Amino acid sequence: MTTPPPATEPAATPPPAAEPDEQPGDRRSFGDILRLAIQENTVTITVLALVTATIIGGLLTAFTNTTVLTAWGNFFSAPGNAIGQAWDAAFGTYWALFEGSVFNPHTVAALFQQASFSAAIHDGFLSAVFNPLSETAVQATPLILTGLAVALPYRAGLFNIGGQSQFIGGAIVAAWLGYAYNMPFFVHVVVCCVGAFVGGAALGGLAGEIKARTGAHEVIVTIMLNYVMLYFLAYLLSSHSLMEAPGGSNAITLPITSNAHLPLLAGTHLRINAGFLIALAAALAVWWLLNRTTTGFEFRSIGANVRASRVAGMNVERNWTLVMTISGGLAGLAAATVILGTDFTLNPQSYGTYGIDAITVALLGLGRPGGVVAAGLLFGALHAGSPGMQVATGTPVQIVQVIQALIVLFVAAPPLIRAMYRLRAARVGGLSTTMSKGWNA
Amino acid sequence: MELELRGITKRFGPLVANDGISLSVAPGQVHALLGENGAGKTTLMNVLFGLTRPDQGEIHIDGKAASFRSPKDAIAAGIGMVHQHFMLVPVFTVADNVTLGIEQAGPAGLLDRRKTRAEVRELSHRYGLDVDPDALIEDLPVGIQQRVEIVKALVRQANVLILDEPTAVLTPAETEELFRIIRQLRDGGTSIIFISHKLKEVQAIADTITVLRRGKVVGQRTPPATEDDLASLMVGRDVQLRVSKEPAQPGDVVLDVADLTVAGEQGLPVNGLSFQVRAGEILGIAGVQGNGQTELCEALMGLRPAAAGSVTLNGRDLTHASPRARLRAGVAYVPEDRREDGLVGTFSVAENLILDTYDRPPFASGVNLKLPAIRANATALIEEFDVRTGSPATAAGTLSGGNQQKVILAREVGREHKVLIASQPTRGLDVGSIEFVHRRIVEQRDHGVAVIIVSSELDEIYALADRIAVIYEGRITGFRDPDVPAAELGRLMAGGADGGHALELGPLPEMGGAATPAAPETPAAPETPAAPETPAAPETPAAPETPEPPEAPEAPEAPGDTASQEES
Repeated sequence: MTTPPPATEPAATPPPAAEPDEQPGDRRSFGDILRLAIQENTVTITVLALVTATIIGGLLTAFTNTTVLTAWGNFFSAPGNAIGQAWDAAFGTYWALFEGSVFNPHTVAALFQQASFSAAIHDGFLSAVFNPLSETAVQATPLILTGLAVALPYRAGLFNIGGQSQFIGGAIVAAWLGYAYNMPFFVHVVVCCVGAFVGGAALGGLAGEIKARTGAHEVIVTIMLNYVMLYFLAYLLSSHSLMEAPGGSNAITLPITSNAHLPLLAGTHLRINAGFLIALAAALAVWWLLNRTTTGFEFRSIGANVRASRVAGMNVERNWTLVMTISGGLAGLAAATVILGTDFTLNPQSYGTYGIDAITVALLGLGRPGGVVAAGLLFGALHAGSPGMQVATGTPVQIVQVIQALIVLFVAAPPLIRAMYRLRAARVGGLSTTMSKGWNA
Repeated sequence: MELELRGITKRFGPLVANDGISLSVAPGQVHALLGENGAGKTTLMNVLFGLTRPDQGEIHIDGKAASFRSPKDAIAAGIGMVHQHFMLVPVFTVADNVTLGIEQAGPAGLLDRRKTRAEVRELSHRYGLDVDPDALIEDLPVGIQQRVEIVKALVRQANVLILDEPTAVLTPAETEELFRIIRQLRDGGTSIIFISHKLKEVQAIADTITVLRRGKVVGQRTPPATEDDLASLMVGRDVQLRVSKEPAQPGDVVLDVADLTVAGEQGLPVNGLSFQVRAGEILGIAGVQGNGQTELCEALMGLRPAAAGSVTLNGRDLTHASPRARLRAGVAYVPEDRREDGLVGTFSVAENLILDTYDRPPFASGVNLKLPAIRANATALIEEFDVRTGSPATAAGTLSGGNQQKVILAREVGREHKVLIASQPTRGLDVGSIEFVHRRIVEQRDHGVAVIIVSSELDEIYALADRIAVIYEGRITGFRDPDVPAAELGRLMAGGADGGHALELGPLPEMGGAATPAAPETPAAPETPAAPETPAAPETPAAPETPEPPEAPEAPEAPGDTASQEES
């Protein structure tokens, strides 16, 4: 027999009002599905996703470790040893990650073994204490900026998969302004940053304009622009008459002049630079734009309901172009922090994986500026800590990428996490359905 | 089978959805449960069908206490339920759907389809259901799908059939058919529990009416009860089903629409349509759904380009103006689809109240939003329009339909405007909200606003309009005064030329809702009449006696009342 679902007239069930808003069904595009995935998401789910990914990551490290595997081979003769080894391997890995990204007690011990405090500072022992945090900030900077470049248009209902192309656009302009011109110190940095913003904005704006004029889906357009820019960059770096540095065939530009370097924030021993402040300022600016301005009101309104926004007199197409332009600029700024802050040259690998990581960061940050900063810092820490982890425990760096991927997997699939934890909740306490519904509240 | 509920109480947290409800359903009786949205009707039926367990109270069947842990128990006890949204597999045949869950296998473990088919055919014949066991569900109209649900319940030997808002998805003609079937089932000894918030339907079909309000039984009536009586029971205070209004005092022409033509995906949904609206009058545009009303409104708002013709507001040409320019020029708009076009569901009530004024003072200076002004505006309008919301920060999508409509109305008439265009302004609203919305609209007229009401509810047109224009296939087929007989409007809505005869017509009219026997003394079944060439108003008279608007010589006060509604 058929079992009909519980409530057919939601208006009559508890919460005094509420007619269901969503009309499920019909065909949804890839973008819609992703958007729904984020919308459905909540802080609770995100935290649970992080925990789950950490646990599974720990199991993976343990059971890819040869010592652990050997110990488990003798499980029946020494079960305690097997479990202990597994725990040690997993814990050791995470501890090494922590030491590499936040704080390493050995550096403090070394600091206090120095004869005098001033000598310690001079010899870089103090810097060594703060080096992990500095590295985390450096790694997080472009992640936060590109993450914002995805999160902002997401709030306006668009999916910007073009972080990579916009990053490259910004990087080209920043590098060219950086090595081809000589300007006074402060001016040069500012000019390069503005140039990078414009370079990225041009590409973002292009994608937005194509969408506004033709209705072409922004996901397709931005992905394809990624390829265009990738090969355009390779082309620029392929010839001495273009951007390749003279006197070699290394596909790399000249180093930018030192006046164009982003100022360091904590002395020459630490890489942390003004780029991190740019990223934080950008997050604040995006928050202000979204929540305190009429433009942001339009963005959010269009993102939530295009039809009602049109009826209310908003120019939807113009807003699409505008939001993509701004977000392209943010991705361009990310390039500036890399070229002017840490790399100082442009090569065909400069764009790294920021374009894709940005989606991850925005997803994990639930599309909110504050969340993006937090997610950027977390991923920055994972990046910063992974080399040290490999050295200390022999765990391959790739495990960090696996953990990242797991986090995203769980964050992007709330039903999965919900199903997992509802199961557990039911088994432990026999909680009622209303309680387990609370997981997604 | 005698069914009795005793003192059913069901709480959800602090909310008491059912508060000591007792009622009994005699065999062979149609028992209507009447109540507004949220009155607890569906919760009660979910308790009866084993979908939720009551906190207190008992269900007695033929005098014996029964306990339902799941729908399975309820079905075994002979209770069947037809949900508002059907539980059918679209790609299966009728017979397969009916047998789903109680499949019977033959000796070789194969499905015995023949028996089910025969059963469906037999039931279909006995109750005049006209259901073909071999048809695919997806090919069937909604009305027939509903009958398949009924067959499903009957095959499972239901003696009590619960119909949850069964007419919400039906056209008036299908509703008539359903009523005929219900009567046949009743005469065959089946008890029917008919859940509705539509007064006229309940009057037409019920033997007993139980009215619920806020989880309690507030009264029981038998059909001769007047609509006013039922409505005030439902709402808890006296409701004016008919807005009282003074005769209109039209001023100058405010909005002039001339030869407006709009191109659609196919053909011209609006085809050379002209009308004028004066300050201080309400023009009601009546018509069967889908005759260009939606496109007309969108063209008037600049959401669709006009292919030809002109729209002039106070002498200013707005034919090609943007939506924003029109809003600024003083057009207030209450869209037909309030959730899609009128509100941003995830936005707060306060944000929705400034959805088209957010960029003007006092809500913004430059690009900065003025949050205190936005909050103050929200507090004031919520108070003035009696919007029932937890706080201005509540998401608008969580409000009830009536309160959503109040938010839209508050926003639109809250700014300066000369014209108010309201499309299906009370669709899906409960009686109390309808009264409120109608009063506000008349109030606008009295303030000298030119008002256009587009509605497919004849009752609404009669209640509000000072002048009626009938739209058919994108054209106005005639203007009438509000004392025109409903049959005449029906003829015009079916494409009948001014003074000519009715044309043949494709879609069934949605007019008049379930307005069937407007006079309570004649609740009989008009299954018969409806002369084929005037299908425009099949369930309105079409019979010899003089039609609808009897007692209204003193003008706009029109007959049929505003109570009957369509669920969107």
